[in-house]
This record gives sequence, structure tokens and C-alpha cells, in this order.
Amino acid sequence: MGNYVLHINGTQLRVSAPPDETLLSVMRNRLNLTGTKYGCGEGQCGACTVLLDGRATRSCMVSVAQAANTKIVTIEGLEQNGKLSPVQQAFLDEGAFQCGYCTSGMILRATSLLRELHNPSEEQIVEAMDGNVCRCGTYPRILEAVKRAQRLQAQGAKR
Amino acid sequence: MNSQDRPMLELADGASHDQPYGLQLDRRNFLKVLGGGLLVCLTPTSAWTQESGRSFGGHELPKDVGAWLHIAADGQVKVFTGKVEVGQNIRTSLAQLVAEELRVPFDAITMVMGDTDLVPWDMGTFGSRSTPTMGPQLRTMAAAAREMLLEMAGQRWHVEPASLTAADSRVSDPNTSRTFTYGELTRGEKLVKIVSAKESLTPAAEWKTAGTAVHKAEGREFVTGKHKYPSDIARPEMLFGAVLRPDGFNATLESVDTSAAEKLPGVKVVRDGEFTGVAAPDAITAQDALSAIQAKWKVPEQPSNKGLFEYMKSNPETGRDQGLQHVAGSVAQAMEGADLKLEEQYTVAYIAHAPLEPRAAVAEWEGDKLTVWTGTQRPFGVRDELAQAFHIAPEQVRVIQPDMGSGYGGKHTGETAIEAARLARAASKPVKVVWTRQEEFTWAYFRPAGLIEIRAGAQRDGKLIAWEHHNYNSGPSAITTPYAVPNQLIQYHAAKSPLRQGSYRGLASTANNFARESHMDGMAHAVGMDPLELRLKNLDDARLRAVFEAAAEKFGWGRVKSTPEHGFGIAGGTEKGGYVATCAEVEIEPAGKKVRIRRIVQAWESGAVVNPDGLRNQIMGAIVQGIGGTLFEQILFANGRILNPHFAQYRVPRFSDTPMVEVVLLDRRDLPSAGAGETGIVGLAPAASNAIFAATGIRLRNMPMTPRDAVAKKQG
Repeated sequence: MGNYVLHINGTQLRVSAPPDETLLSVMRNRLNLTGTKYGCGEGQCGACTVLLDGRATRSCMVSVAQAANTKIVTIEGLEQNGKLSPVQQAFLDEGAFQCGYCTSGMILRATSLLRELHNPSEEQIVEAMDGNVCRCGTYPRILEAVKRAQRLQAQGAKR
Repeated sequence: MNSQDRPMLELADGASHDQPYGLQLDRRNFLKVLGGGLLVCLTPTSAWTQESGRSFGGHELPKDVGAWLHIAADGQVKVFTGKVEVGQNIRTSLAQLVAEELRVPFDAITMVMGDTDLVPWDMGTFGSRSTPTMGPQLRTMAAAAREMLLEMAGQRWHVEPASLTAADSRVSDPNTSRTFTYGELTRGEKLVKIVSAKESLTPAAEWKTAGTAVHKAEGREFVTGKHKYPSDIARPEMLFGAVLRPDGFNATLESVDTSAAEKLPGVKVVRDGEFTGVAAPDAITAQDALSAIQAKWKVPEQPSNKGLFEYMKSNPETGRDQGLQHVAGSVAQAMEGADLKLEEQYTVAYIAHAPLEPRAAVAEWEGDKLTVWTGTQRPFGVRDELAQAFHIAPEQVRVIQPDMGSGYGGKHTGETAIEAARLARAASKPVKVVWTRQEEFTWAYFRPAGLIEIRAGAQRDGKLIAWEHHNYNSGPSAITTPYAVPNQLIQYHAAKSPLRQGSYRGLASTANNFARESHMDGMAHAVGMDPLELRLKNLDDARLRAVFEAAAEKFGWGRVKSTPEHGFGIAGGTEKGGYVATCAEVEIEPAGKKVRIRRIVQAWESGAVVNPDGLRNQIMGAIVQGIGGTLFEQILFANGRILNPHFAQYRVPRFSDTPMVEVVLLDRRDLPSAGAGETGIVGLAPAASNAIFAATGIRLRNMPMTPRDAVAKKQG
């Protein structure tokens, strides 16, 4: 067991865990941060996506030891002062979910994409999001939500 | 109807007043939970019995009531139903129907679903039954509640209830413009109303809340990560469980050594017959403990993918219901006189539901009372499984089903609930069990594989005269042809299945429709007719004709001819009250480098649309999910082992597989609403297959079609 300080959503959280325990497991099972989902544990579905130093990362493929020196943002950390982030708002507006289990991973992957590319083409969105599985098949709406989020973000930047 | 016809009871502390009605409200301490107000209960009537027309898995009918509706003193409405939300949007659409009949805003309604201590017994959420059966029940209750509120206001004002109006959570008297809110009417009351007759319901043509694109209830919880799925549930002092799995199906345990696992700190090992599991203070220790167990299994020789369909055909399952045999005229005779004949075999593979949230359960014992939070489409079924497993009365078990990470027919059973409960009992603490993806791919059950044989005969003018259809193992759903054929022989043959199989979205209607609609395409080709024209020539069913015509029009069917690079296909069908027609465009790169479904237009009709936004989402999702089984999804197995139990090996549809999808909804407000979660999946496979044929001349008769291989082979 090791003792770690994790910087999650702007808060420092102390946790004891074996160094090779995944960030996903530590967040879900020790810190009760359950917005990040387990889908496969093998980096194949994207349900566990979080931002590590601003970049979309599968938290099932990162150990707590590796994550200890990074800034982590999860789905719980996107809302600011009761206001949804542009991507969250866009998913809600487009109804871009069915069961919603993939949604947090989708939202964080899209958030990361829109930080890297301010105006991605549809091909770029598909390429960036292709590692995230929505078993309910909501992909067309998620695509629309990412485009809408891009517009919301651009509007927000202008103000 | 006057008030004497309506039993109205003063209910004190949920006591024995309910006995004359056979209700069990005391058991659930119902009004204690709810406080005062107005409670409306719906009792089953003979109408429901006739409509259901099948047994309810040991419960001939719900013994007590079908649903409950409660209006609190503050006007808040709670509706209690055993149906569950799994992503199909039923929490939203049922609330819309209640809001409509009760004349309250959508937001005034809270749906309490899938908690066996709070909701009436229900057989489960499957078979596209929620909208056509629970919908009318809830509407009936809400309409009765509205009538009762009108009566209560009438009594207070000493006027005829018929002279009053109900709207926006209040009763008004148009003559005096005085009003009561619903809360003002129910405040201080403890009233129970029993409804059994069908109230007169608001015609869909007059709907204001139902029929509109209300957003998903509690949608904000889902985009902020606040919603708690079954696998997110945590309890004080909860341990984490894991279960030892055999090396293969039907394996027997020869020896097991758990001593190393038992030495790990805080680990409890449980052995009970064939069950071996561990509970540990954290999830990683539970996995470590499991890895430390040395077990030897004996796995018997078993069938594999190779030879599967021959196996099914030659191994009938005599114990199982063989389903209907549908016979009309004489196929044998008609075939002799047919100008054109076509006889083919079609197959579908076993596929996995692979819900993104695997099976999960948290179990907690308080003495002999067991509470389990779990993801299931059958909370009461799982309650009964638990009661049986632990030799306790069903009343001692409470199953709570938080809205879950979907199921698609794959979460009917209670394995995980039993595992968590067994470990929790031994550990005397709550235990959570979440299956790994590999467990989900291996120890759940599968959509049945099957072999379908069709032979058909037609006249030279395209009129079908004979149709023979045999389905081995995959199931009887949508096995009968919707086309008008005078001579028919249609038979389902239950077979022995090497793998554990069960329900799946659309179940066998995907397989039967794939075979039938591919064969129809083959007939059109043989006759030399346009595939749509051949279908319409043989189709009397006006609703199916309408979706075919709507899809064709939107798609621009017939305007462009198929080429080797672009193929166009059409297919349709009906099942469970839903009517679907699908047009597909496929894109084929030279040398079979890439075969891609580029565009789908799907027309859908299922009576009056309750929520067009939710319905579009379901139909689109069914199309996208259907791509998997059509093109690449299949479970590979050999000798009792699954060979591809990971997303890296079992490919599911992704963004890059997704075509342009256009959904055309035909809203028939003159017809009752049918369920729409399933049948939207059945058009995609044959439409895609027919499009590939139109482009390449290659007829792919096996799902998944893996078309790249077939096209590459032909093009050499």
C-alpha cells in the first residue's frame, strides 16, 4: 500500500492504495467518485475517460501512482457554479444519450477534443471519438452534440 | 358514474381496510411512506387477462394491483410501477401519459420504478410491453384520479363535477372562476381509490403533453455523473466480492485450494457447493484473493462454432415448446405449379448483449431481510430467485433497480444478485459484485444462434404462391410472413443449444426477418422485378405498405440504379405492433477493401407516438446496434470456452461504422401506441444484405455477413 495525494477536480484527496491499482478503481471504490464508469478495464470502450492534465485518458489504464502528479478532471468537475460546461449542455440539448452509461466518457473525450481542435471537422470528431463505445447506438446524436458544443464554446469565447 | 360506484376508503395507518380488495398495502406500509393524500390503485380486470393471453411466469396475474398513483398534499404526484428504465426512455414517456390524463405539468410527476418494496408486482420490462400495457394502465389510473379530484371539488362547492374543469394541477369552476389546486384538495385526506374499469381516456389526437418531445427525465443527472447506476451503489462498511469461474461451461470442480487467499488481510472466502467466492475490503484485494485460489476443473467435450447449425438441426429439444406450426393450403402442391422457385438456408450467430454496464449488485442483510441493488429487467423475477436461493419468503427480499447501463434483453436473470447476497451473508457486511467485461461476455447468456430454411414459389408475374419457412433454435418471433401467400408451411423447431441463450432486443424477429426479406429479394431477382414492387404486389397489410412507401419516398428508391460501388437495398417487417421499412445504401471499394453502410432511411409506425424524440432515439439506436449483428458481431466458442470475450476481439459498432441515419415517423394518432424498443432492429440486416447483392451479385445469407471477405473473394 502506498499513500497518495490525488488532485481531482481542484481538490486534493488523500488515498491509500497499492501503487498498481488503477486510477479508475481508486476513484470509484475508494473515493466514491462514481461518475467515471467501468466498461471493460482494458482501454477498449472509453467509459472511464477522464482528463489528465487536460488530455482525455482512460483511467483504467493509469495506475494511482502515475496519476498522483497530474491534475485530474472527472465528469463531476465540469460543472462550474451550477453551470454546465458547453459539452454537457450540448449533450443535454441534443438528448445525446439513452442509458447514459457511456456519457461521462463521451463528454470528457469531446471536451479534450475541443481543447485540441477549436473547430474539428466531422471526420476529426469521428476519429477522436471512435474509441468510445455507446452500446445503445446514439452516435449520430453524440456527433451533433459535439458540433453543438463547439458552437456553444465559440459563442462563449466571443463574449 | 356517481360516487357510490366508487369504493372510497378511509385508510388509517395502512390497516386492514384494504382486505376486501385483497390488497397488501399493510405489508408495504404504504401510506406511512407517503403520508396523507390521495392514493389510486388499479386492480387488474378481465380485460387485462385477455389482453396478456399468456402466463406470468408462475404468477397467473398480479395478485394485488397493477400500479399505484399518489397525489400528496403539496400536489406532487408519484407513480409506482414495476417497469424499469434501461435507456429506452420509459421513465419519461410513461410520466408524459400520466401528466396528460391527470392534467398536470410533466415536472409534477415522479416515477418510482423497479423497487419491489414500493411498486406493484410486474413480470418485467421486455417484449415491448411497457407502452402498450403499462401505458393504458397508468392512463386509466390518472384519469380516475382526475375524476375523483373533480368530485372532491364538486362536493366542496356543492356543484356537479361535470360542470368543472381540470387543468394545470387545479380544478376550476368556469361559472365562478374559483379554483382548487390538487394539493388543496388532497391536503389532510387519507383517501384510497380502487379503479378497475377503464376510464374514458383522452384521445391521442387531443394530447398536449403526451405526443411531444419532452426531454429525458432527470437528464441533467446523466451529464453531470450524479446518477447512481447499480454498479455505483455504495453502502456503509461495504466489502467487494469476486467469484471463482470454471474453466469452461458445464465444468465440474475437481479440487480447490483457498488457503493462500484466506491468508490475505480482511479476506473472507466462501465455499458453498460449486460456489466459491471471496469478499475483501477493497476491489483489488478481492481480485488478488481470487487469483490466489488454485482450482482444477474438468471441462467436458462440447460443440463449437464449427458444425453448429448441423448440430442444431439434428438435435431437437423435445422438452421445449415447439411453437406454432402455421399451415395454409399445400406448399408441396403449389411448388409443383410454380414458375419460379427458390430454396435457401440462412444462419445467424450467437451474439452478446454486451451492455456497457456489466452485471452488478450490492447486497445487504439485516437479519433475515435481504436488500439488493442490482441492474435487472426483472426486479420481481430476481426477488423470487433470491428468495429461492436463500430459502426465505419473497417478502423478505427487496430488490431495488436503479436506472441501469442498459440490457437489450440481456439482464433478465439474477446471478450477480445471488453472488453478492451469498458473500454478504457469509461476511455479515454489505457486499458489491461487479462482473468484469470478460465475465459478462462469458457467463451471461446469448442471443440464440439459428438456422433458417426457406423455399418459396411464385408465378411469372411475381405473385407468391408458396412459402415454407423453418427456424431451428433461434425462435418463433416474427416467423409468419406478412405477405399474402395462399400456401404456407411455417414452423419453429426448438433445438439443443450448446451455449446458454435467452432474450435479446427483437430476439428471433431479426433472424426470421433477415431470412424472409433476403429471400423476398431473391424472388424479386428471379422474377426480374423491382424488390419494392414485388413486395407491394404481395402485401395487403396497409400499415406495412405505408412504411415501405414512406421509406422508399424519403430514400428516393428507384431513382438511382445500383452500381458495383453503390448498392441499394430495401426490407421491412412487423412484430409486436411495430411496422418498419428500411432502405440501405452500401459503399463498396474495389477489391473488397471496404464495405460500408453509408446511408439508412428507416420508416417506423407503432400507433400514436408518445414521445417523438425518445422514439427517434430508440429507432436510431436499433439501427446502429443492428449493424453489429449484421456485419461483424459473433460469439466464437470451442469446447465450452468463449474465444473472444473482450471488446478488442468482439467488435461492436463504433462511430466510424455509423451511417447517415434518417428516421421517418408515421404518427398514427388513431391507433393505440405499441412498444418501440425492439422491432426497429429487424430491417437493417436484410436491407444491407440486399444492397450488397444489388452492387455485387453476392448474396450473403449468414449473419454476421463479414462482407469484406466475401467481396474480396469474389473479386479475387
